[in-house]
Amino acid sequence: MQTVSSLLDESWAARYRAISRLNIRSSIYDVTNRCNLRCKGCFFFSSGEHQVAPEETDLARWEAFVDRERARGVNLAILIGGEPTLCLDRVEAFYRRMPTSLATNGLIKAPRERFPEMMVGISLWGDEEDEKLLRGKDTFAVSSRNYAGDPYTYYLYTITPRQIGRTERVIRRIADVGLKVHMQLLSNDEGVEGFSWTPSQLADIRDEMDAMLDAYPQTVVSCRYYHEIITTGRMLGRPFGWMECPSVTEPLDTRDPRPKRLIRFIRWAADLETMHRCCTSATRDCATCKDGAAHMSWVMVNKRAHLRSTKDLQNWIEVYEMFAKLYGFLPW
Amino acid sequence: MSERKDIRTLILRIAEIVIEELKLEDITPETFDPDMDLVDELGVDSMDLATVALVLQDEYAVFIDEDDYPNLKTIRLIAEYLQTKLRTG
Repeated sequence: MQTVSSLLDESWAARYRAISRLNIRSSIYDVTNRCNLRCKGCFFFSSGEHQVAPEETDLARWEAFVDRERARGVNLAILIGGEPTLCLDRVEAFYRRMPTSLATNGLIKAPRERFPEMMVGISLWGDEEDEKLLRGKDTFAVSSRNYAGDPYTYYLYTITPRQIGRTERVIRRIADVGLKVHMQLLSNDEGVEGFSWTPSQLADIRDEMDAMLDAYPQTVVSCRYYHEIITTGRMLGRPFGWMECPSVTEPLDTRDPRPKRLIRFIRWAADLETMHRCCTSATRDCATCKDGAAHMSWVMVNKRAHLRSTKDLQNWIEVYEMFAKLYGFLPW
Repeated sequence: MSERKDIRTLILRIAEIVIEELKLEDITPETFDPDMDLVDELGVDSMDLATVALVLQDEYAVFIDEDDYPNLKTIRLIAEYLQTKLRTG
């Protein structure tokens, strides 16, 4: 029987111990149905999720809701939207009660005097050209001014197929403003022409992501195993898909057999009553979903499956560490 | 049956359940170290523990609170926990 100590030397074992009892229990919250952008390919709007439920506007109800979430065992609130910074009082209701991570387009700054150590992930969909095409403006110009040098902020760089061969310039710009970057791939929910991945493009971008990690180790928060998983859609020979995804809302999860999954995970709509199916759009084809957090979580919940070999377990540790850093459970 | 023998029987049965439910290979209840840390050494997570707990609940007709999972780190600790539950009803 393989055990952790039979597979790892002392330095890796220490890294394992540092994360093995973190017991991260996340849920995702739509803070608002509104946004100050309308991006082509944003699942929230393309699948009509912004119209599924009305927003709760009573702040006291948000506060009571977060208290209930804490009591339910959630210890990481991931705030999405819409654009959460349009409702900073709701963001504060979370931040004052539990570890909170903000997903934002960065156009409005969450003030540090109000949210001193909140993790902030700024969405970025490529270089200026792609940003203007998909999001209507070059958001980096604004968001980088708002957050330059911030120690708790990183860019969530959604790479599109058109970015192959062009990622280094984006990453260098992020490094130049003193921020970190994590990479994921566009799922192209609205089928914008030229933005769907082909197998050869996925192979090319995997090589490029590896090269960026090697060239910018202080800036890129990632690991090679994650690149493999997200570009191939396979882990330990198993394909990603509905029957494998860990990020399905638990009370709505009727899968049989039930796969390894995030315990107590729920994605809540902004009325604080409606639950969405999963961390992303219910209209998305799970077989082609490229959501980075879902793929990271897929690895994380399959820990024992990675006790096959030293390399497999080290891969698992690196992915877990990456997630823990991005959500503030470990320092960079 | 003495208490010592009781706990030994419990340990072997729990080890058997853990091996079966977690599909562990190359180990038997007799060779399973009851003091091995299930999380730190075997990579057991709360979903694994919930699976084992369900079987134990059915077999011994006790309720295992999820809040107690962090204390159930080894086979021996699970056995002692169960023994206490069985004694106190």
